[in-house]
Amino acid sequence: MDISALPIIADGPVHEHRTVRLEGGLDLECGVHLAPLEVAYCTYGTLSPARDNAILVCHALTGDQYLAEQHPLTGKPGWWNRMVGPGLPIDTDRYFVVCSNVLGGCMGTTGPRSICAETGKAWDSAFPPITMHDIVAAQARLIDHLGIDRLFAVIGGSMGGMQALTWAADFPDRVFAAMPIATSPFHSAQNIAFNEVSRQAIFADPDWHDGQYRDFDAIPARGLGVARMMAHITYLSEEALSRKFGRRIRHDAATAVPASSSPSLFGEMFEVESYLRHQGSSFVRRFDANSYLTITRAMDYFDLAAEHDGDLANPFRKSQTRFCVVSFSSDWLFPTSQSRLLVRALNRAGANVSFVEIESDRGHDAFLLEEPDFDRTIRGFINGAAEHAALLAGEG
Amino acid sequence: MRVDQRLIAEMIAPRARVLDVGSGDGTLIDYLYRTRSCDARGIEIDMQNVTQSVAHGLPVMHGDADHDLADYPDGTFDYVVLQRTLQAVERPREVLRQMLRIGRYAIVSFPNFGHWRLRLQLLTTGRMPMTAVWSTPWYSTPNIHPCTIRDFLVLCEEEGYVVQQWLAIDEDGARAPWRRSIRLANLFGEQAMFLLRRAEP
Repeated sequence: MDISALPIIADGPVHEHRTVRLEGGLDLECGVHLAPLEVAYCTYGTLSPARDNAILVCHALTGDQYLAEQHPLTGKPGWWNRMVGPGLPIDTDRYFVVCSNVLGGCMGTTGPRSICAETGKAWDSAFPPITMHDIVAAQARLIDHLGIDRLFAVIGGSMGGMQALTWAADFPDRVFAAMPIATSPFHSAQNIAFNEVSRQAIFADPDWHDGQYRDFDAIPARGLGVARMMAHITYLSEEALSRKFGRRIRHDAATAVPASSSPSLFGEMFEVESYLRHQGSSFVRRFDANSYLTITRAMDYFDLAAEHDGDLANPFRKSQTRFCVVSFSSDWLFPTSQSRLLVRALNRAGANVSFVEIESDRGHDAFLLEEPDFDRTIRGFINGAAEHAALLAGEG
Repeated sequence: MRVDQRLIAEMIAPRARVLDVGSGDGTLIDYLYRTRSCDARGIEIDMQNVTQSVAHGLPVMHGDADHDLADYPDGTFDYVVLQRTLQAVERPREVLRQMLRIGRYAIVSFPNFGHWRLRLQLLTTGRMPMTAVWSTPWYSTPNIHPCTIRDFLVLCEEEGYVVQQWLAIDEDGARAPWRRSIRLANLFGEQAMFLLRRAEP
């Protein structure tokens, strides 16, 4: 089973994402003015007449806006289907939930696949570098467009948590509650290192063509697939891999060694290999390599303390936002120690902060999986914050 | 809610900012929030308790008295509460200092090691006392810094803390009637509770 041998849909089937086109565009931190700005998004539930029940959910590196509905390209359920919906922890009977594709993404929001107004051609590898602040600024335009002054909550895991923190830092008056999950206030050297390996895998692909692969009707599927395989390992844990696959060998017709062939070093395949290859090959069908590079770079740049005179408390001083920081015990990509750093900074800022480490052996991806304690934490924090908000509204 | 928690709650003014260090299942902060409109937050060392509290919508963070008080700015809270925990922290004096740095008042309760039953047991058996309050053997007890009511008063004097209010209570939390005599309270009080503030400069 070779990744490059799999059928690949270069641009995916044509699908109309729900998108808002903002002619005013966006001034990026790098100085480029991006216009127009398109933001693709999904919403669930109903915005209250007072417009005070909106929850923005921010997706992770390879996620998208299809939070709680079938994905139009993969046909799979939404990535947080089990968390967002009527009666679920993020209850769409009570809250108006918004999720948008990040700036630089490839699911309808302006990104490397978009047309550059100046050249009339797709940006591709010429897409300007973006930061977490740019990503959040683009979301803020969408929130403006939806007529929402203040978000009741911003919630996100992993890179989504970086966005939740950035929202609280950049727009303190517009965020009543923030829930950064399995995340960090800075991207660690180890994580930058992993991203760099991912990027080098893409650059090494003969189909990369200096990022102009679409001009050649190609995509660097092998490189992007390897990038995904490597990254996927970092989302799991040794324990989870052992439990799920152990050292089992996969025996099926597709991978069996043909009778005629001589014994070969790679004649058999461990189940974990097969799993990773599947992860790689399915990923390249829905994700664009230039988007992957653009967004991983935005994560690498992320360091809230460095931007605020080296003190992580600075962006949160006088913050009225209620925070709930969540980490997972076996997450080694965004370990609890980094969440604790964040919590201490929030304490230094005098902010209202809850902090829970959820016991789980499933690594970073635990935030996407069935973890009853995590579900209870999200539900409890949101309900507690809502009660507090109602109390404040009653006083006002 | 335990009776001693109710006594603590009575010491706290409505709408105050409160940090409960060792908030357990969150009973006290829940009570203060609901009945006194306090901005009450908790720090708790036991993760089960933390999860339970946050799942109930209470602002509680995982942490402990020895390591997590130093982060807060001066005067963040009106009251900082430490219930039945002082004897189990690594550095009781430093914890008290931090409490009175980040809060205007500190409310501290601890089991009194001067209680007559403990004295008698040590005297008659020559072994470490074991009672309902001091129920774990010396080699596995988390209570590494036991003190008596008089010990605590000496520390307060050394540190320049003003004892605004104090009371001795029995294990069930009922107020004990030795309010005028420290000597008697130290002999008959199973638990002690203090409301402290810094001396005016």
